[in-house]
Amino acid sequence: MINELIERMLKGDKRATARLITLVENDEEKAREIVKKIYSNTGRAYIIGITGPPGSGKSTLVDKLIKKARDEGNIVGVIAIDPTSPFTGGALLGDRIRMQRHSTDPGVFIRSMATRGSLGGLAKATNDAIKILDAYGCDVIFVETVGVGQIEVDIVKTADTVVLVTVPGLGDDIQAIKAGLMEIADIFVVNKADKEGAEATMFELELMLDLEKDKWQKSGWRPPVVSTIAFTNKGVDELWGAINEHMEFLLNSGKIKEKRKFRVREEIKAIVSSKIARKIGEKMGEDDIAVLIEMIAKREIDPYSAADLVLEKALGVKV
Amino acid sequence: MVKRSKVRVLIAKPGLDGHDRGAKVIARALRDAGFEVIYTGIRQTPEQIAESVVQEDIDVLGLSILSGAHMVLIPKILKLLGEKGIKANEDVLVLAGGIIPPDDAQELEKMGVGRVFGPGSPIEEIIGFIDETVPKLKKFRGES
Repeated sequence: MINELIERMLKGDKRATARLITLVENDEEKAREIVKKIYSNTGRAYIIGITGPPGSGKSTLVDKLIKKARDEGNIVGVIAIDPTSPFTGGALLGDRIRMQRHSTDPGVFIRSMATRGSLGGLAKATNDAIKILDAYGCDVIFVETVGVGQIEVDIVKTADTVVLVTVPGLGDDIQAIKAGLMEIADIFVVNKADKEGAEATMFELELMLDLEKDKWQKSGWRPPVVSTIAFTNKGVDELWGAINEHMEFLLNSGKIKEKRKFRVREEIKAIVSSKIARKIGEKMGEDDIAVLIEMIAKREIDPYSAADLVLEKALGVKV
Repeated sequence: MVKRSKVRVLIAKPGLDGHDRGAKVIARALRDAGFEVIYTGIRQTPEQIAESVVQEDIDVLGLSILSGAHMVLIPKILKLLGEKGIKANEDVLVLAGGIIPPDDAQELEKMGVGRVFGPGSPIEEIIGFIDETVPKLKKFRGES
């Protein structure tokens, strides 16, 4: 079944492509088999991450950027992520609403994904879904994260160019110098620039970047700050220009290789952690864990030693 | 029972009426019941809906129509799905809601709509119907 789906996907069949994405989302074993079989067909697509707080206009910007990418003849993939409820496991995925005009364009493939327990701003199977869209033939893939706060920075491990979308009025200049999200952007966007305070926000970001002169002098890239009003398309040409400039910078400086190696390293780490977690689940029943918890509660053992016991039992080696 | 969080539901409003309160209430209730719901909003063309079903690899398609155009729009959507190799009741469960007279509902169910839910249908009934019907789809029988 998987071989047939892959064959159809490589010929450009959207339904087979969609089904493969479902398989990598639902089934780790199948994900492994699929990725193994398509891996040699991946690595061509340029991946653009769009992140920022909820309601900042990410989906609307993606809608406009799809248009720019299509005008230049690219085949475009979009992965739009929204949160899964930690309480019910349900999700409401609503990013697609803003992009529906592209639905019937044969050169666009849009897929909504739910986080399904992942906390870094992406869905658990995002990286595998990207590989599938890459092998399917997308030249450009936009990955829209969930609405993020300060620390959901997984997109930096996934995208070639990270665009951070913010809006006026979210806070003062102290917010702009905090660690986390503000450190990962290759391009800053101040969207809804017709709102009060837009100029101040632009200014604060520029000021923050000026303070980081050492960092970007070393890297060779000073993140630009672009002002947009996504709804009216204002500033979208400039943003697309900035994305292209960053892409050229990565390609010309050879930094794209570094970036992609970093990505692979992070991916291996994630796969190893997830495998260990699964092994523990297989080897240790709820009862075993309950016994340990009881021992910890009675102060017979400490949590670190308990963790060592869990790992020993799961992996069969002393850690 | 198929795990609800692995069942993907698309809620769409075809046609020109802009009354989406009902569709949103259903989308929200299915989310709370643990389904993965994709909401595409109002004024969708049959082509957009059929293409979304493909790209999102949907299991349940919920169509909300209050304009009276259901006998035009729903058959059109079923036809477009068929052209893409997607059969109602085999590959995807199609549900309809809104103001649909009983005679029309009967006819739509003959064409492949799984069930028509009129105004006032209890949400538990819709959820129960999905839980009961989805395991019969090819995807969950492991056939495709």
